[in-house]
Amino acid sequence: MPKQLYYEDVEVGTELPLLIKKPTPQQLVKWAGASDDYYEIHYDKDFAQSTGLPGTIVHGRLKSSFLVQLLTDWTGDGGTVKKISVQHRGMDFPGEQITCRGTVTKKYVEGDEHIVECEIWTENPKGEKTAPGSAIVALPSRE
Amino acid sequence: MAEGQGITDELKAMIGTMISEPGILEVERGAIRRYADAIDDLNLLYRDVEYAKKSGYGELICPPGFFGWPIKEGGAMKTLDTFGGPLDRAGFPRILDAGIEYEFFIPVRAGDILTAYTRVADITERAGRTGNMLIVTQESTYLNQNGDIVAKARSMLIGR
Repeated sequence: MPKQLYYEDVEVGTELPLLIKKPTPQQLVKWAGASDDYYEIHYDKDFAQSTGLPGTIVHGRLKSSFLVQLLTDWTGDGGTVKKISVQHRGMDFPGEQITCRGTVTKKYVEGDEHIVECEIWTENPKGEKTAPGSAIVALPSRE
Repeated sequence: MAEGQGITDELKAMIGTMISEPGILEVERGAIRRYADAIDDLNLLYRDVEYAKKSGYGELICPPGFFGWPIKEGGAMKTLDTFGGPLDRAGFPRILDAGIEYEFFIPVRAGDILTAYTRVADITERAGRTGNMLIVTQESTYLNQNGDIVAKARSMLIGR
């Protein structure tokens, strides 16, 4: 289980531990069933190509879910994701590695909460940021 | 493929409206586990009730962004049905997910019943590398059975 992260443990510039995903076509089917998104561009290659795509593509919401996991794995059970924002700029394809990354951009105390802001993104095998975004988490403090 | 015509009257008429009755979503343990399996997220808060009870959450919680299973309205297919026709008629036959923003206020637990209110916030046109496209922005508010706001979402889809 992830160990608990505290506000005092992070600094601006701290890198989040990488989260590596490599969704298979089967995983995209699991995601379709779990998220109620049966759009054929994600599992029917002929349909995907008929819409002009090179093949089936990974669901955007699966990628944003990966980025949520990047945050929750990092913060531990005592942390909370308060906000997340993800833009889908590039496509990812089943069978290809998606590397989820993040860095701390700000930390501050707001009321009784200890807030950490991050830049987060998914990276394809070419190193391109396919889903850039940002997030705000609250962490417990040792004080 | 023909160039998109732009924002048609049909699409303009959707702006500011709630495109459906409020959605009702049931949050079940099995659905949470299945969602966590689909992400391949092993977090015990989504899987192990005893662990979740000891953690202080008291019950399995949803991975942030999962709001349970729609039993009335809602769902991705409803979104595709609602916008697919009008976007296609406007000359934008392809739909892609452009992004999502969430604000989370209260954890969503197994056993919760959520009500989702969704309105079309805006439909705008943008020039892209391969031609112009339309961006449809929807805003959703999710309330639990106690009337507390658990989350807000802003979702963007592209018609190309």
